[in-house]
Amino acid sequence: MKRLFDDRRAAFGAVVLALVAAAAIAAPIVTNGHPDLQGDVVATRFLPPLATDVRGAFHALGTDRFGRDVWTRLVYGGRVSLAVGVLAVLLSVVIGVAVGAAAGFYRGAIGAALLAATDFALALPRVVLLLLLAALWQPSAALVIVVLGLTGWMTIARLVHGEVRGLSARPFVEGAVALGMPRVRVLARHIIPNALTPVIVAAALGIGNAIMLEAGLSFLGLGVQPPTASWGNMIASGRDTLVNAPWVAAAPGVVLVLVVIACTLLGDAVRDALDPGKETGEERRA
Amino acid sequence: MLALLARRLAAGVAVVLGVVTLTFFLLHLAPGDPARRLLGATATDQQLVVARHTLGLDRPLPVQYAAWLGATLRGDWGVSIATGRPAAALLSAAWPATAILVALSLALSYIAGLVIGAVQSERSGSRTDTALSVGTVTLYALPGYWLALMLVVVFTYWARILPAFGAAGFDSDDLTGLAALADRLRHLALPLATLTLIGIGGTARFVRGAMLDVRSSPFVITARAKGVAPRAVTFRHVLRNALIPVVTLLGLSLPALFSGAVFVEAVFAWPGVGRVLVEAVLARDYPVVMAATTVSAILVVLGNLAADLLAAWLDPRLRHEDTAG
Repeated sequence: MKRLFDDRRAAFGAVVLALVAAAAIAAPIVTNGHPDLQGDVVATRFLPPLATDVRGAFHALGTDRFGRDVWTRLVYGGRVSLAVGVLAVLLSVVIGVAVGAAAGFYRGAIGAALLAATDFALALPRVVLLLLLAALWQPSAALVIVVLGLTGWMTIARLVHGEVRGLSARPFVEGAVALGMPRVRVLARHIIPNALTPVIVAAALGIGNAIMLEAGLSFLGLGVQPPTASWGNMIASGRDTLVNAPWVAAAPGVVLVLVVIACTLLGDAVRDALDPGKETGEERRA
Repeated sequence: MLALLARRLAAGVAVVLGVVTLTFFLLHLAPGDPARRLLGATATDQQLVVARHTLGLDRPLPVQYAAWLGATLRGDWGVSIATGRPAAALLSAAWPATAILVALSLALSYIAGLVIGAVQSERSGSRTDTALSVGTVTLYALPGYWLALMLVVVFTYWARILPAFGAAGFDSDDLTGLAALADRLRHLALPLATLTLIGIGGTARFVRGAMLDVRSSPFVITARAKGVAPRAVTFRHVLRNALIPVVTLLGLSLPALFSGAVFVEAVFAWPGVGRVLVEAVLARDYPVVMAATTVSAILVVLGNLAADLLAAWLDPRLRHEDTAG
């Protein structure tokens, strides 16, 4: 733990994530007004950052083409983007741990079948699948969570599988089995808790990735639907007004990049802290 | 080596078959009716029934699947419902654009990523290493479509030096020789820069990690103890061994690169496979979606296979493990 606190990467990642999460949670306090609120559109649209509109309202990040405050939408959009990222990764972790643990613990036909299924899912082109799933049903935040969760569990399953196989041969597990403990309880009580450390790292990296993919889907119009703000659909709507109002697309992108960097650095730092003396490469990008 | 190849090929065929089967059923079971899209909102029920019959969509799903699979294996990719053109023609018109984009960005990002990662691992912990790490993690975190938009703002709207849309200018038919080539290159610049910059981040981070792993192995310590020059250690001992995971990553990153291309093509209106796929999915153009999915699945499997073979060629140990296991 001390190693982690001394790590500047971990400090940066934790501070950025804490600030973004705090702003998202305290959205009504740190902003004034509703994210979808449109005032006098003609008078308030395309105000540059740091401008004050005719009614005296201050717009730190300017306004978009409907005169909506970009800062307010950014903060409320953060609620959606962060929630989608975290929930999608949570779903991936649940599926990945279940599949990986079962494959590692029940050798033989079940294990082999689960591993083959994992490898198969890993070989599927994720974005093609995402496009199909997201385009074929009515787009919504819930669909994005399910789709990202269902296409992101494979790396975690492989990690857990490796850990579980290693742990199954350890004396404390053999001891528990010898004492007559049911196999499922051995798995749940002794093996899985010990196999979770690499999962935490993969989850940290996965959240950044999921937020980025959510934004990508929303950008293509297949994710969170307007007028609800998400960072992805804010970038998409800013795309149409790049010439006269580049800040509309720039602001959510900058925050998105900061959050992904924070997740990546935090994941790196946790991994290095858990695995002293060794620095490894990273997960591939989905 | 042959046994390895045969086993990987068999697995690859299974994956491609699985992907297209899954896609076929997902696509057909999901809501959305191509006949209605084709005829529009004013079509009568009678017309819809006729259209579905002509398209073969009124048959049981397994029959449609068998018919599609048979036709595809015979090389008949079907006719696009939305445009009436053969799906194969749509794809063969689109794929060179994607291939150029992906191949060039792959080459450029790997060259740059290898150099940056090698420099970082050689000076691990130094200020140079830290500065480069900040740079590569930032590139890694950039979403392609957003970087693309920002490049458009800077180079198209502010500097006014590069075009933002399409693969050629409106006047490209009148250009000849060098002028036509220059026009193409100018249109290629921003999409290529986007994909390459993003690729550099991931590659450099991976190369740095792989080389640091190798650097702590006993044979590297031995080489240094023998007095081999540091540069020679880096290139002859460390880089060569670090190439094995890097080459594997190359195969694994093909699907990622293709996905990146889907978004980047959407932003730049680049006339490639990604754009064909997105449009076909939105129009429920079954034959085109299936053809594009099949082609991309085959490419991904071939990419992985090539990477596996390359890794086996670089590392004799992998050959033996695989034939023994």
